[in-house]
Amino acid sequence: MTPSVRLQEMIRVIRSARTQGEERGIIQRECADIRSQFRQGDNGERSHSLAKLLYVHMLGYPAHFGQMECVRLIASPRYSEKRIGYLGAMMLLDEKQDASLLITNSIKNDLSHSSQYVQSLALCTLACMGSAEMCRDLAPEIERLLRASHSYIKKKATLCAVHIIRKVPELAELFTPSARTLLSEKNHGVLHGAVVLITELCERNPDTLVQFRKAVPELVQIMKGLVTSSYSPEHNVAGISDPFLQVRILRLLRILGHNNDTASDAMNDLLAQVATNTDSSKTAGSAVLYETVLTIMDINSESGLRVLAVNILGRFLLNNDRNIRYISMTSLQKIVQTDHNAVQRHRGTIVDCLKDQDTSVKRRALELSLALVSAVNIRSMMKELLIFLSVCPPELRSQTASGIFNAAERYSPSKRWHIDTILHVLTTAGGDVRDETVPNLIQLITTASELHCYTVHKLYRALIKDIAQQSLVQVACWCIGEYGDLLLKGECEEIEPVQVTEDDILDALETVLQSHMSSPATRGFALTATMKLSTRITDNVDRIRSIVSIYGSCIDLELQQRAVEYNALFKKYDHMRAAVLERMPVMDKNSPGHTNGDTSGEIKEPDTSKPKPVEAGLLSEPASQVCDLLDLLGGTDTPLQPSPAPTSTPTTTSSADLLDLLGGLEIKPVPTVSVYEKNGLSLKIQCDKQTETEVTVTLIASNSTQNDITNFTLQAAVPKSVQLQMKAPSGNVIPAHGLGQVTQTVLLNNPNKVSLKMRIRVAYSNQGAMHQDTVQIDSFPSAACQPSFSPL
Amino acid sequence: MMHFLLLFSRQGKLRLQKWFLPLPERERKKIVKDMTTMVLARKPRTCNFLHWKDLKIVYKRYASLYFCCALENQDNELMALETLHRYVELLDKYFGNVCELDIIFNFEKAYFILDELLMGGEIQETSKLSIVKSIEASDMLQETMEEYMSKPAF
Repeated sequence: MTPSVRLQEMIRVIRSARTQGEERGIIQRECADIRSQFRQGDNGERSHSLAKLLYVHMLGYPAHFGQMECVRLIASPRYSEKRIGYLGAMMLLDEKQDASLLITNSIKNDLSHSSQYVQSLALCTLACMGSAEMCRDLAPEIERLLRASHSYIKKKATLCAVHIIRKVPELAELFTPSARTLLSEKNHGVLHGAVVLITELCERNPDTLVQFRKAVPELVQIMKGLVTSSYSPEHNVAGISDPFLQVRILRLLRILGHNNDTASDAMNDLLAQVATNTDSSKTAGSAVLYETVLTIMDINSESGLRVLAVNILGRFLLNNDRNIRYISMTSLQKIVQTDHNAVQRHRGTIVDCLKDQDTSVKRRALELSLALVSAVNIRSMMKELLIFLSVCPPELRSQTASGIFNAAERYSPSKRWHIDTILHVLTTAGGDVRDETVPNLIQLITTASELHCYTVHKLYRALIKDIAQQSLVQVACWCIGEYGDLLLKGECEEIEPVQVTEDDILDALETVLQSHMSSPATRGFALTATMKLSTRITDNVDRIRSIVSIYGSCIDLELQQRAVEYNALFKKYDHMRAAVLERMPVMDKNSPGHTNGDTSGEIKEPDTSKPKPVEAGLLSEPASQVCDLLDLLGGTDTPLQPSPAPTSTPTTTSSADLLDLLGGLEIKPVPTVSVYEKNGLSLKIQCDKQTETEVTVTLIASNSTQNDITNFTLQAAVPKSVQLQMKAPSGNVIPAHGLGQVTQTVLLNNPNKVSLKMRIRVAYSNQGAMHQDTVQIDSFPSAACQPSFSPL
Repeated sequence: MMHFLLLFSRQGKLRLQKWFLPLPERERKKIVKDMTTMVLARKPRTCNFLHWKDLKIVYKRYASLYFCCALENQDNELMALETLHRYVELLDKYFGNVCELDIIFNFEKAYFILDELLMGGEIQETSKLSIVKSIEASDMLQETMEEYMSKPAF
């Protein structure tokens, strides 16, 4: 049998390997050796082999075949073998392995061993990898050791108890009585362990917490002793006496004093003393001060103490040590909500920290700065934040951008400032903003009607400078399409005048369309904008026509569809073009279709809160029917109002409800009036007046024929100034024999209080045959609920 | 409580790993890799604290070794720095002017010393003197168990 290579020799050999492959070879040989050693059964050699195996394991190679060896070695009577066996157990066994249970018995025996060092091995291993079953088995032993032994064992048993409680919370009651008595120990190690144990007990059980509140005076006493004690070489760290223990006691006091006035009062003096007397020139002192500040802020301390705490944090902010600056910002973040004014005083320093080299510090400074933005300091803070945005590391960009948007939304002093800020962010970090930014910005721009000219000029200039930032380009295209006429006017009070010709604008839009940098969505924006301009400009309509027709054969399906439909708008429906591409009204922020949903092109009533696909949707197949309806109304010349239709429930075809518009009635019982009765189909109306100008009308359709009526749809037209909003119908099939009804609600807004008229077309299939009919309601007397109508 | 403590070299080789939570082997390997990448990427004069998942990572470089530990939210980071420093002091006292090679060739002793300082993720002894005494006593126990010959411990 070859003599085994000593551990250090093996390590040397492994380290001398020049390549990974060589190392693997050496390791394989060694492992083979180790395995044969394990089989041979000589305990002396066994422990050497296990030590080698542990080294190999640390290098990352598999070592599971050593698990049983650990069990065997732990059971050995020799200390050196036990030591390495327990180390192996902690490294190779965890509670998931079955072998771990096998050592429970050995641990139990070793816990009562005569040598305290053997006991300590057992305790350490149990605290490191003890599973719940092992803990349950051995808990009584640990409790015994807590009470009746030497401080060396006591401190270890205490921490072992902490581990047991973490694994098996129900065993907490077992340790509660002993924990209290441990506080009277003199040994710092035991004391520290006791404080940890009590902390764990209090965190898990509120009743135990109440019980341990009585220990607050004792803890305060111990702490005072530490703070005022003379120099003790054993526990001194940089002038602080046992900072480890001090920090743990402060943490326990924090838990005990939280939300409790008596306990908090008892600690006020102590905290003030610690806060003022601790020397924070070294890390140990700063650690104690830091914990003190956290405690002060978390209990019901008096205001003077809180001010003291915030001042300490402020002092930390100016410290040269980066760690301490970082710590102070973390703490300030926690208290910025509750003690906002106190933190505001340090705003200058915090903003300076934005310029620090360290990314962690920058991140903290950013979070804190965003929390400190208020209506008072918005302008100066935003300046700083925008500067930061242009130089900040990429991982912080999107957080900064969204923070800036939130702050701008809440505190912007003026609309123009708001728009400027958003434009600035889009130019610097357009790639990192969230998707909702584009519709949000568009909505904001529409509400600032007096700034349309200014906005479109600024956006145009940003566009010609750079078309890489997609969100910026999208907003710019939308605005140019919408307000192109203002752009051409040239004159705008807030910007120096620059003459922009129609060709310039079309050039810009074409560049966006053709650029490979533009995303498909952006190109869609550009195409629609080009189309809209056809009604805003006068000379270059032909150019627009040619652009649009080119894209009729584009590979991108969305663009192709749009181009084809716009083409159709030029050719067949040129008379409608002006109406379709009219300026949009102000969008309501919370309108249901606010997010860019999918229209599938079937919704005829354009949804104003969705800028893009709307016009495309307008021109889908039932367009012909709409035109006819308008023709019918002929003289009144009512273009189809772009009324918001909620896209969440898309109508299958455009249906309009014919509902009575009542001039101004309070209708108590809502009578149902029949307006149409033919071929078994009857329509009834219920009107409900909401305000002076708004009416809600419900149409009810029922069917008295033998067969179901299918594909039932309604269309309506109203005079120009009246706004119509149709809700989705309850269905489009009316069961036969009057067994069911279809209802549809329409909201009408008549701000100008013109005389109301409405024309309704009904379309349905019955027994396979298509039917269509029209009803016109000519006048709605304001007094009566009954409309006067004439079926055509 | 501390979740784990790692020691690794400037090249990312692991020299010591102590886990205070049960985690499967694959998970541990991944964490070690994440830690080494994150910590080694830090520039020289940055602060010693990082955020990783929901843990606070505290690291400090001593000569060629990085000492890295993971804390929970309520733990005091500055105190963790002190703990790491305390461990280095203990190693220094034991090995006499400790260097990385000492830890490589005597890794099991490094573990024994760590087990006297930390237990279950918490500090167990705050007195340096006391720890040094216990280590010496355990070593004596081991020596007497051996045949007092020049045969080394392992």
